[in-house]
Amino acid sequence: MKILVAVKRVIDYNVQIRVKEDGSGVVTDNVKMSTNPPDDNAIEEAVKIKESGKATEIIAVTVGEEKAQETVRKALAVGADRGIHVKVDGNIEPLAVSKILKKIVEKENPDLVFMGKQAIDDDCNQTGQMLAAHLNWPQATFASKIEVNDKSLQVTREVDEGLETIEVNTPAIVTCDLRLNEPRYASLPNIMKAKKKPIEQINASDLGVDTNPRIEHIKIEEPPKRKAGIKVASVEELVQKLKNEAKVI
Amino acid sequence: MSVLLIAEHNNKEVKPFTLNAITAASQIDQDLHVMLIGSKADDVAKFLSEVPLVKKVLHIDHEIYENYIAENYTAAILKHADKYSHIICSANTFGKNLMPRVAALLDISQVSDIIKVISPDTFLRPIYAGNAFATVKSNDEKKCVTIRPTSFEVAETTGGSAEIEKIDAADQTENTKFINREEIKSDRPELGTARIVISGGRGLQSGENFKLITDVADKLNAAIGASRAAVDAGYITNEHQVGQTGKVVVPDLYIAVGISGAIQHLAGMKESKVIVAINKDGEAPIFSVADYGLEADLFEALPQFLEELNKLNTIQK
Repeated sequence: MKILVAVKRVIDYNVQIRVKEDGSGVVTDNVKMSTNPPDDNAIEEAVKIKESGKATEIIAVTVGEEKAQETVRKALAVGADRGIHVKVDGNIEPLAVSKILKKIVEKENPDLVFMGKQAIDDDCNQTGQMLAAHLNWPQATFASKIEVNDKSLQVTREVDEGLETIEVNTPAIVTCDLRLNEPRYASLPNIMKAKKKPIEQINASDLGVDTNPRIEHIKIEEPPKRKAGIKVASVEELVQKLKNEAKVI
Repeated sequence: MSVLLIAEHNNKEVKPFTLNAITAASQIDQDLHVMLIGSKADDVAKFLSEVPLVKKVLHIDHEIYENYIAENYTAAILKHADKYSHIICSANTFGKNLMPRVAALLDISQVSDIIKVISPDTFLRPIYAGNAFATVKSNDEKKCVTIRPTSFEVAETTGGSAEIEKIDAADQTENTKFINREEIKSDRPELGTARIVISGGRGLQSGENFKLITDVADKLNAAIGASRAAVDAGYITNEHQVGQTGKVVVPDLYIAVGISGAIQHLAGMKESKVIVAINKDGEAPIFSVADYGLEADLFEALPQFLEELNKLNTIQK
């Protein structure tokens, strides 16, 4: 079984976002970038499945600018066998990414495609479902547990009401939740080894996919700030404030 | 052209967020049709037809829709999509799972999780965990939009009399099977719609200690939330998680206990009307969004808090 894992390079989750003054976006110069957190869970799950003997090859793929390759390199360091970097500059929407990934799936014929359930930059939560739609494959989104059977997966999904379990036939798309597993750190020897693993570079324009944005970003602005609060000295004072000042209890 | 809203329901009742999404959808266009895809859900159809903002209910009734499977819903929606300018649903796990599948097959770049309708093609949506707001304009001819429910009022539910049109089912997928759903039944208000939410974090140190939170929740008739750290640690189940990858809540009162206030948690609660933080670390980032901060050991403060509440003659419900 072959598993394709899609990863995205995003601003690190610990970075306090700063909005550009001209309203054109957020500051990305000299800002720490990392792999989108749930994409790390997607890679980890693929590696665990391979370690259990149920998968033979893991391919990590990313779509993005030159430096996006770093996320593929990191995936190689934790256990992916080879990488693909589809190069494209500028803002690219989930719809276009999903069309590019479809081309990669058609080329590589994986049995499973894993990725994070949402990217923490645009918070769209679309790419996996869109890829499943383009391929007419089943989708198991927000997965917190995956059981691999012969020709199917049993997936536990985190939903608003609690947990839902579905069975999907392979080939299938799974989008991963942060609670799926605990991503491992890459060891130094594995980071060195990863440098020798191959990363194939493909230009998005060679895939025949229209990557022009359909959504115009008219303005990016800071959200309204909350007015500064106060510290109360005691529980008694807190309850009195909530009752008489805020009038919420 | 009319707008089409996809209803979320369990064949007996409509889920509350559908009513927030109805309000948003009607702001895009008043000719609002609601599609109900279900099995023996006549009561839900009747309920929706009485919502004054709804102009028509499209009811697909077939046993294949007993459980919600995105693949089956998508096929049903696509059969009718050409008549509508917008397809809309709520941006909870229901809509997040469904809408991109619909959008991709219509070749539409979806606008996710909007918090404001500026015009029928322009919307406001949070990005980067709510640390920036983007005004976006969709240039697709038809639009697929998901709505952040807590940013819109609940629609009135009585007084309307929309026509209910029965429409045909679509094909069923053979590749996805529903197995089961573990819903934790609770008499408490739902997290997404509660007037008061009290949340616990890593500071609680164990699942047993969450009893300190539940005692206060019972007194205030509050829903119980949690930080991702508390859920990851197994103190409480996933449906309680508030934050960027969990639920977004906007209660009148949010009480954060033993929660440091990571960016990802703030994303889910910082629009709350009044925020209280109880934390023994005076430097914790949660205090930067709190209207009332109490620097204290929660194991002492929570029992005292309950005691003070018990002294009050009345508590708003």
